[in-house]
Amino acid sequence: MKRYWGFVAKEFMHILRDSRTMLVLFGMPLAQIMLFGYAVTNEVREAGIAIYDPAQDDITHEITHELLASGYFRLEQMVAQPEDMEAIFRKGKVKEIISYESGFAEKLLKNGTAQLQVVTDASDPNTGTTLRNYTFGIVGQYQRAHLPAGTKIGGIQPVVQMRYNPQLKGVFTFVPGLITIILMLISAMMTSISIAREKENGTMEVLLTSPMAPAQIILSKVTPYLLLALIDGFGILALGKWVFHVPILGNFYLLSAELGLFVLTSLSLGVLISTVSPNQQVALMLSLAGLMLPSILLSGFLFPIENMPVALQVISNALPARWFIVIVKNIMLKGLGFASIWKETLFLAGFAVFFIGVSIRRFNIRLE
Amino acid sequence: MSAISSQSLTRKFGDFTAVDNLTLEVAKGEIFGFLGANGSGKTTAIRMFCGLLAPTSGSAIVAGIDVAKQPDAVKTRIGYMSQRFSLYEDLTVKENLAFYGGVYGLNRKEIKDRSNELLDRLGFKAQENTLIQSLPLGWRQKLAFSAALLHRPEIVFLDEPTGGVDPITRRQFWELIYETAATGVTVLVTTHYMDEAEYCTRVSIMVNGRMEALGSSRELKQQYGVDNMDALFFQIARPGGTFTHA
Amino acid sequence: MRTIFIIVVKEFRQIFRNKAMIPLIFALPVVQLVLLALAADFEVKHVKIAVVDKDGSTESAQLTNRFAGLEYFQLLPDRLSPSGADLAMGLDQVDIILEIPAGFAADLVREGAAQVLVTANAIDGVKGGLGASYTQAVIQQYYQDWQVQHGIVVPAASGISFTWSNWYNPRMDYKTYMVPGILGMLVTMIGMFLSAMNVAREREVGTIEQLNVTPIKKYQFIIGKLLPFVVIALVEITIGLAVGMLLYKVPFVGSPVVLYGYTVLYMIAVLGIGLLISSSSDTQQQAMFMAWFLMVIFIFLSGFFTAIENMPNWARILTYFNPVRYFMDVVRMVMLKGSGWADIAFQVKATALFALVVNALAVWSYQKRVG
Repeated sequence: MKRYWGFVAKEFMHILRDSRTMLVLFGMPLAQIMLFGYAVTNEVREAGIAIYDPAQDDITHEITHELLASGYFRLEQMVAQPEDMEAIFRKGKVKEIISYESGFAEKLLKNGTAQLQVVTDASDPNTGTTLRNYTFGIVGQYQRAHLPAGTKIGGIQPVVQMRYNPQLKGVFTFVPGLITIILMLISAMMTSISIAREKENGTMEVLLTSPMAPAQIILSKVTPYLLLALIDGFGILALGKWVFHVPILGNFYLLSAELGLFVLTSLSLGVLISTVSPNQQVALMLSLAGLMLPSILLSGFLFPIENMPVALQVISNALPARWFIVIVKNIMLKGLGFASIWKETLFLAGFAVFFIGVSIRRFNIRLE
Repeated sequence: MSAISSQSLTRKFGDFTAVDNLTLEVAKGEIFGFLGANGSGKTTAIRMFCGLLAPTSGSAIVAGIDVAKQPDAVKTRIGYMSQRFSLYEDLTVKENLAFYGGVYGLNRKEIKDRSNELLDRLGFKAQENTLIQSLPLGWRQKLAFSAALLHRPEIVFLDEPTGGVDPITRRQFWELIYETAATGVTVLVTTHYMDEAEYCTRVSIMVNGRMEALGSSRELKQQYGVDNMDALFFQIARPGGTFTHA
Repeated sequence: MRTIFIIVVKEFRQIFRNKAMIPLIFALPVVQLVLLALAADFEVKHVKIAVVDKDGSTESAQLTNRFAGLEYFQLLPDRLSPSGADLAMGLDQVDIILEIPAGFAADLVREGAAQVLVTANAIDGVKGGLGASYTQAVIQQYYQDWQVQHGIVVPAASGISFTWSNWYNPRMDYKTYMVPGILGMLVTMIGMFLSAMNVAREREVGTIEQLNVTPIKKYQFIIGKLLPFVVIALVEITIGLAVGMLLYKVPFVGSPVVLYGYTVLYMIAVLGIGLLISSSSDTQQQAMFMAWFLMVIFIFLSGFFTAIENMPNWARILTYFNPVRYFMDVVRMVMLKGSGWADIAFQVKATALFALVVNALAVWSYQKRVG
């Protein structure tokens, strides 16, 4: 036992002394959560717009005022003439152009109807649709507020409720994915590189000739990263909760247990990668290109899985990250219990058993 | 005029003095042995002579050029080879020579002619298209040395050129050095193999950054009353030094 | 000049001799392009909607069936109770729950107005918001048709009428938006990653010292090292463009000269970053990690995944220091809008300034290291 802890201490020293790796281990999760929490978001706000207002009357001015006061829009410029629209879009600063009909207020009051044209830059389709919806919503609100008293509002009124995330905060959808990716980065990638480095330096053979059992050696290499991963994982949870108010609605112990399971699965994957890597470079390339990249792209972290073609969805199912993201979302954001995630948990456990099994076999083959 | 001359050449790294007031003169055509234990300041001194490192104080004139003031001008007149690196492993013999020849400003004809001459002399012509990484260490060292001479420098600096090589290859390497010196090229070579000191015209022994001995091996042995260089070195370097057997 | 040429020749020889490099440089990016373009789709188009019908009237059934044939929706066939629907949403089987209360039809007939309850899974705020708004649009359409059907004259005074159109991406295809960005990402990866590792490797192996003794000037060394990567990047862009245009029919409205010209400038900037990274790393591994770290931050702050307009002010200011942001701008503007040199003047100036500063820093720090 004492030998084991001796090795673990040595491993810790390696890691702590390498300042650049430390930067990556702690700086990166921090930077990323700051990024995702504050900067990177799909929510639309202060989008640049241009307005063509040949009417210049009370009503158009009021509507424009409402739009700009909403916080969703920012007036980039006024449009002098309709022919300019193309050039304005091409400059890239304007996402939507609103055109009032000439004589707007007059027509509205006299004929009861006036035209408002909305042109959106749909290079990013979602932004285009969202901006349009906001525009309609705000103008619609204006209309209802200015209807003559007593007018009945007809139509089917939907009462809309946003569940789990009433403020539609972008960070909600990113935090579970972020935890997953960071945990995987540390557990799988760093572990595989660390073990591969020993192989490359030849020190692995020295260790193997020592009285330590191979399993012990592997365990001692893996333990520091287990601890670091857990620290990072809980750190992100804490940051998410206290800085960004991402709630942990469900059972904290269940979440921790699942966290531990995922770290175990990732660690065993890291060990497996190292058994097929003769040196660090290969381990890095395999972890990066073979594990991290597919996980980031296909696990549901950034892009919704249901939008992917079937072939990619199948691949996605083979990624432990994909299942863990579901687990985290269900416990953290929905407050659900084990019953909702027993399937995913089973998958993760199965993965872990599989990875460990194959690693042991490969290791034994090498020794023989 | 001497090939290399330094006056109180000193280099400090913070509080640590790597080279302490080095004053010496190396004549043209000499084979000068720069001896000393690991960490005695040999490599730092050579770096300064090559214009790679600026001195903290003092001066050095190499091939008539003040290296502190004009480090770049020195480079065309000197050659350099270190144990740590010789040639690019993932390029062939010919490609390496073409690269270094070109970098030193030789035109294609010159590169071709001199490469062929060099390879013939070494007996390597058949391997000209082999990757360096496929060659044994001894061949690489000889090749690297020859490549350092491709541009016909006046002085060539060799930093531990025979490390890790078997005795026969070492002997062959020194024959190359003799041939080179015979053409008037000054050779400054560092080593911690004390027997190689016998091959040099003169040697100096560095201990903790200071030059503690200077002269031909015969003179020094007489001076200190010992009959081999190992014993000489042990005597001089004993206070606080460590040394290795050849 | 000749010296630079010699260095470039050596670099190319070394790059192509490295067996791992060739697949990395050419195959991996193409795979990524294909993979990413297929996966990268933020469009909300498979909205799973469950209708809890407490009214059971003809009208409620009609409204329910509206969602059946629509492209963006997937109407769940099972009749779920409110709690069943909630559970289903918890298990991600349902995105939107439309609850039609009892008395819906009666209210509609009597008052001409009725209420329904729309609950959206808003963990992904965009998805929830858009899903809800699509649902509302369907409901509105149903109401209007119902009005016409029942002979209720639509009053002439219908208020402000909207017309709308989408420019630049009439099919609202996410791939058109993503592919240019992916090209940018590939080029950036080459610029930062490969260049950082390359110089770090020379340092790790020790060839840097040998080169220092030769008459090679620093600027010759740097240009000679970087030129191959510029060439490789241009080749990659070409491959990427070919794939994007052939496979995904991404349009290319602008001038290729503008795009390639800007790419060269951009590469100089990004390679400078790679150089800077490698000059502060001792080993390849360190260089790799640093490059990875920086790249992730740069790419996320570049407008690739999420629009810059959506960022808070301080983040937006940060993006001005991010060269990747300019590349994303330019590549999308040139490809999708046909912008020319004049339109991207700002990006060009900013990138040029960045390139100047970064490369100057790299040269300075490189010199410091040696002396």
